[in-house]
Amino acid sequence: MAVKSVIEAVREAMREEMQRDERVFVLGEDVGWRGGVFLATQGFIEEFGPERVIDMPLAEASIMGIALGASFRGMRPIPEVEFADFLWPAVNQLIGEAARVCYGTNGSVNAPVTIRIPYGGGIRGGLFHSQNVEAYFFHTPGLKVVAPCTPYDAKGLLKSAIRDNNPVVFLEHKKTYRLVRGDVPEEEYVLPIGEAEVKRPGQNITVVSYGLMVHYCLEAAEQLAAEGVADVEVVDLRTLKPLDTETVLESVKKTGKLLVVHEDNITGGVGSEIAALAADQAFDYLDAPVARVCGPDVPTMPFAQTLEDAYMPSTQKITEALRNLAAY
Amino acid sequence: MTQLTNQTDGQADGPLEEIAAGFSRPLPQGIAPEDLVDYYRRMITIRTIDERIWMMNRQGKVPIAASGQGHEAAQLGALLAAEKDGNCFHFPYYRDLSIKMGAGLTPTQVMLSFMGKEGDPYSNARQFPLQGADLAHNVIQTSNVVAAQLTHSVGYALGCKMQGDDQVIFVYFGDGASSQGETHEAMNFAGVHRLPVIFICENNGYAISVPQRMQMAIGDVANRAEGYGFPGIIVDGLDLLASYEACREAIPHARREGPVLLEMKLERLMPHTTDDDDSRYRPREEIEAVRERDPVVSFGNFMLEQGYLTEEQEEEIRAEARRAVNEATDFADAAQPPDASNLHENVYAP
Ligand SMILES: Cc1ncc(C[n+]2csc(CCOP(=O)(O)OP(=O)(O)O)c2C)c(N)n1
Ligand SMILES: [Mg+2]
Repeated sequence: MAVKSVIEAVREAMREEMQRDERVFVLGEDVGWRGGVFLATQGFIEEFGPERVIDMPLAEASIMGIALGASFRGMRPIPEVEFADFLWPAVNQLIGEAARVCYGTNGSVNAPVTIRIPYGGGIRGGLFHSQNVEAYFFHTPGLKVVAPCTPYDAKGLLKSAIRDNNPVVFLEHKKTYRLVRGDVPEEEYVLPIGEAEVKRPGQNITVVSYGLMVHYCLEAAEQLAAEGVADVEVVDLRTLKPLDTETVLESVKKTGKLLVVHEDNITGGVGSEIAALAADQAFDYLDAPVARVCGPDVPTMPFAQTLEDAYMPSTQKITEALRNLAAY
Repeated sequence: MTQLTNQTDGQADGPLEEIAAGFSRPLPQGIAPEDLVDYYRRMITIRTIDERIWMMNRQGKVPIAASGQGHEAAQLGALLAAEKDGNCFHFPYYRDLSIKMGAGLTPTQVMLSFMGKEGDPYSNARQFPLQGADLAHNVIQTSNVVAAQLTHSVGYALGCKMQGDDQVIFVYFGDGASSQGETHEAMNFAGVHRLPVIFICENNGYAISVPQRMQMAIGDVANRAEGYGFPGIIVDGLDLLASYEACREAIPHARREGPVLLEMKLERLMPHTTDDDDSRYRPREEIEAVRERDPVVSFGNFMLEQGYLTEEQEEEIRAEARRAVNEATDFADAAQPPDASNLHENVYAP
């Protein structure tokens, strides 16, 4: 085992998949000699050449649309969007087209495209370098949505995404890129899409989260354990779509209390669906109302430190919500 | 070497008659009289089915159809060139009945599709008629979102190139679609990488009700090709042989040197779709004048005048088309729509 960062894990996953499968290639803005704005494709153009590491014109719709067209031909493209905030021009091709290809051709054509999207805030990115975009894709049948939070998960899940025969939206939280480090095996492994993981087992309260927030949830859980307030179970969804309802429900039925945490806006977010799931299928087990700690309904976290802090869920806000649940 | 040159200069607003080469010329390269008879037969069958679809729509049996009437010659000319070449792929749009049917669908398959019945070869009636994919005939049309197909075609061409296949990709779109940002993005990338894509703009002068002069400040979409670094050529899209010749030349050029934009000037003979009433925006005289320029009529006249068909043979072709379309209509009318249990199938690929 070696300790790696999330960005290193992402890079390794792509490099290994490009080595094992000639159909895999990357395309995006500055992915070539620059190695990507976050250096996810550093060294790729040297290793794989400009045919498989394509510096695209600055036009996101074409990045996604051309990836899609190449996938119809049996290629396995990995388009990269520089920041989630710049994804919107490509949304017609992603939600409008890619998500409907298999269904709309009754299964005769599919779209094995993995679009990699650095997302998320807490980095003083302001309105246009911080956005959370997951709810839009979470809502869209035909897409898979993956949002890992550790190097181990990022590598194993990205490899699965690339091998998947469906369009996969692969969300990489920017703040985890270099901040989060962890063990990554030297040997080959993949992790199945669609499986949540209990990152910390506990008896009294379930917290469901994904991405950067999982780390804050873990911190909060440790704090409450140290204080003897509650033994909190932390469920990391890892894949948002398809949702691992089984793991979530199993945990909620055990603890009887549920907190959902995400930095995306609260209304219509992933958390709303988790809450509905608990109400629908674990109602008899609940000992308290489902609680949510999420981003408020403002467009994105603003630039000023005070405003960004006010927006972002934090360990402290999560701890508070957990205390309330524990006392209920 | 290719003979393709940018022929748009100085023809900005020229009447179509001047662009048309006319029918009094020898057969173009690679074409035998049998090809013409074969293609005339396809054209008549397609027109017959197109007309039948309108009738069935008025009877409430075809929910919606975009008519290809007026576009047949352009599409079949391209298809003929592609068939002669033998290694081409098509990304059509909703008005390309002649590409989709001409490529090899039976009247019955087409009717099943228009009536939304089980057995629709494109999507098994999940989509509007003849949308989805017909891989058996090298055709993909994922949607009817205007201009979405252009980047697909370019990506497909990129894939071919990466796989060492010298397939040439045809992509079709309207004058309205030429305004979309994705059209620009697709052409720009195809130009940068010199991909073997033939862009065919079927310019009928309207995007539903919006006339070309409100769509763009120029007379010829073909002029835009210069901005992408490849040739743009104006073609008489009402003349099957002109379309064939332009495409026959474009194919080797695309293979060797990269994209070509062919602007097929043609007419939309019918309202935009079966739901449209074109009298709200098109003067009656214009509609009548346009009907005089029917490419099916002119191709028929050409076949008779040049002696490729006798009157009796021509009538036989029509009778056979009517018979086939009648049979297809009856069959499709009696067929079942897909079972409701299909709703959940194929959301994801295995
Ligand atoms: C992105 C998008 N916007 C609007 C529409 C509705 N619409 C369908 S066809 C059409 C006009 C297209 O005109 P043109 O590209 O010239 O093709 P034509 O129908 O004339 O062959 C419009 C506005 C659509 N299908 N997709
Ligand atoms: Mg038009």
